[in-house]
Amino acid sequence: MTEPVPAGGGADRSPRPWRAANRAFAGRRRLGVGALLGPPLAWMLVVYVGSLLLLVWSSLYRLDPVTQKPTHEFTWANLRSAFALWDADTRDAIWPFVRTVGVALLVTAICVMIAMPVAFFVAKVAPRWMRRGLIVAMLMPLWAGYLVKGYAWRAMVSPAGGRFAAEGKGDGGFLESVFGWTPGYGRVAIVVALVYLWLPYMILPVYAGLERLPPSLLDAAGDLGARPLRTFREIILPMLLPSVAAGSIFTFSLTLGDYIVPQIVNNGEERFMFGSTINATLGAPNQPLAAAYTLWPLVIIVLYLLAMKRAGAFDNL
Amino acid sequence: MRTKRIGAALLASLAIVAAACGDDSESGTTAAPTTEGGSATTAGGGGGDMDYMWTPNADLLAGAEGQVNIVAWAGYIEDGSTDPAYDWTTPFETMTGCQVNVKLGNSSDEMVQLMQSGEYDGVSASGDATQRLIAGGDVVEIDPAEYSSYADIFDGLKLQPWNSVDGKPMGVPHGRGANLLVYNTEAFADGAPDSWGAMFEPGGPADGAISVYDSPIYIADAAVYLMAHNPELGITNPYALDQDQFDAAISLLEQQKAIASQYWALYTDQQAALEDGSVLAGTTWQVIVNLAQGNGAKIDAVKPVEGATGWSDTWMLSSKAANPNCMKMWMDWITSPWANSQVAVWFGEAPSNAKSCELDGMAEHCQVFHAEEDSYWTDVWYWTTATEECLDGRTDVTCVPYTEWVNAWTSLRS
Repeated sequence: MTEPVPAGGGADRSPRPWRAANRAFAGRRRLGVGALLGPPLAWMLVVYVGSLLLLVWSSLYRLDPVTQKPTHEFTWANLRSAFALWDADTRDAIWPFVRTVGVALLVTAICVMIAMPVAFFVAKVAPRWMRRGLIVAMLMPLWAGYLVKGYAWRAMVSPAGGRFAAEGKGDGGFLESVFGWTPGYGRVAIVVALVYLWLPYMILPVYAGLERLPPSLLDAAGDLGARPLRTFREIILPMLLPSVAAGSIFTFSLTLGDYIVPQIVNNGEERFMFGSTINATLGAPNQPLAAAYTLWPLVIIVLYLLAMKRAGAFDNL
Repeated sequence: MRTKRIGAALLASLAIVAAACGDDSESGTTAAPTTEGGSATTAGGGGGDMDYMWTPNADLLAGAEGQVNIVAWAGYIEDGSTDPAYDWTTPFETMTGCQVNVKLGNSSDEMVQLMQSGEYDGVSASGDATQRLIAGGDVVEIDPAEYSSYADIFDGLKLQPWNSVDGKPMGVPHGRGANLLVYNTEAFADGAPDSWGAMFEPGGPADGAISVYDSPIYIADAAVYLMAHNPELGITNPYALDQDQFDAAISLLEQQKAIASQYWALYTDQQAALEDGSVLAGTTWQVIVNLAQGNGAKIDAVKPVEGATGWSDTWMLSSKAANPNCMKMWMDWITSPWANSQVAVWFGEAPSNAKSCELDGMAEHCQVFHAEEDSYWTDVWYWTTATEECLDGRTDVTCVPYTEWVNAWTSLRS
């Protein structure tokens, strides 16, 4: 008796260490589940929750005014200057944040308005042979690099240079030279570029939702005398709401965090997005204050998710 | 059921998010090229028999690490990819075997932040960065014996408050220059501007088409203007502003905001705007003027009568340098007569090496940029970090420290 025979008898031909492991787990379900879920759970905790906690924590460090490095002294001053809306000296820094939330809502709304008809056409109207090509076309923008798309939009919207331009430099971009009109650099260009960037993230969930919508429901609504608008309002929209909610989480949060493409199509005219403020503060360098600023978008995302829940998108468990 | 469908919809799009995350990591780096060189071609330009007037220190060469990572201003490290006539990186790489990797810093603040990361071997730091780097222990003292070029540096640049501690050198001086007023020669056809008023006062030919440097240090430019035009404020040093003087500078900048069209952080943004005529006046560096003129921009630049802010740069060695020998050799090379004359001409600044001015064709450049004439620099205010203790010697008031400048600039730009 040098070795106890495993439960499976001689049939267990797995290598020795595995046999030992199998024995250790045999009959201990909790241990097994723990070993399976533990590592990914620990990863989630360390990488997601941990880094968020670090962020909050680092906003509590005092900045050494001479070396501009964070010290290990505790202070509320950073959080105060990031959130003190009553203080005339610091409250202006919050305007970019208000604008950013506004742009995020606007971009989301425009994405919904574009995604609905496009996804409906692809899912319900387009013939089968066309559908696959259209899905590829919808995904196509994701194949190009983020910066490439940003600079492409900059080139498209660039305005005519006027009479003081250098030879061959003042013709303006694609929109100006082809249509004779361009929104130019600035706020309109920011919204247009962001809608372009994040539209696929809205179209895909809406398309997936429409795909699962039984066509018989639409036929039934028609047979019962509902006009298209009523069918849309009372059949399609309620069933599509979860998909739109999923898509809006993408478009809203992605817009909220973006600032590089807005800077590219803004040509340095104004510090428009809140990410630019955070980035500039980090580069000041004032790492603790930058960390304090990041709590604003964090709070808004939580509020946004709560609002979605309240609107009923997460109901009917 | 609905929640399940949300979950399904989220899952369906998860793969796409992963793709987006990959994209986001790219966006962290600047759009401008961050690395240059890397090719081990034979000595460029003049061929093998070109005299570069420099030999590497034998001890350092023996310990060369094969590469060096440097934080530098745009235009300080050229390998011929911008203009084939300007390449002082390839000869260095050939002679030392050190591949030069460049990270462009767009402002002194950014350079300080990059150096604090400890990932770079050295930096071309202006006076407002050097003081913070020295105080933070991010750079180390140098041994002049390791730098053959050090003896030839103008005495007026060595052992200055911004590049030394207790009489010990903290780096090798690189050169100095002034921030200039650039203007469109056609928009100002009735007469070239000679005052910063072209950028601060409404109603001028460039009203609504003004380009401002997007950094808190620009508050000093407003102070320079006020120093000449509002003497009752009593400003004697644009980096030593008490609260009243500081508030006056900020309100001048608020006034300017109404007529400004661009705040440039990337030099390429201003260059493009000068070329397409959307900017008619602005604060600039000579190198931007050269690049834009090369593309046909109808512009010129002056140092206005009020004086100007400027820089006196120093090459510094990181206290955490992974490639100290290559960095030391680079610092020695870039301040040697030939290389220093090349970068001075390209960037449009006064060289730091006295022998640079003796080279063929350099006499005129050194005269134009007043390299040997200390009196020219009396109305150029080198970038310096403002501190609570007033830099102009006043003890009856406290001055606004640079951290407050940063906050004020954030508010102004919001």
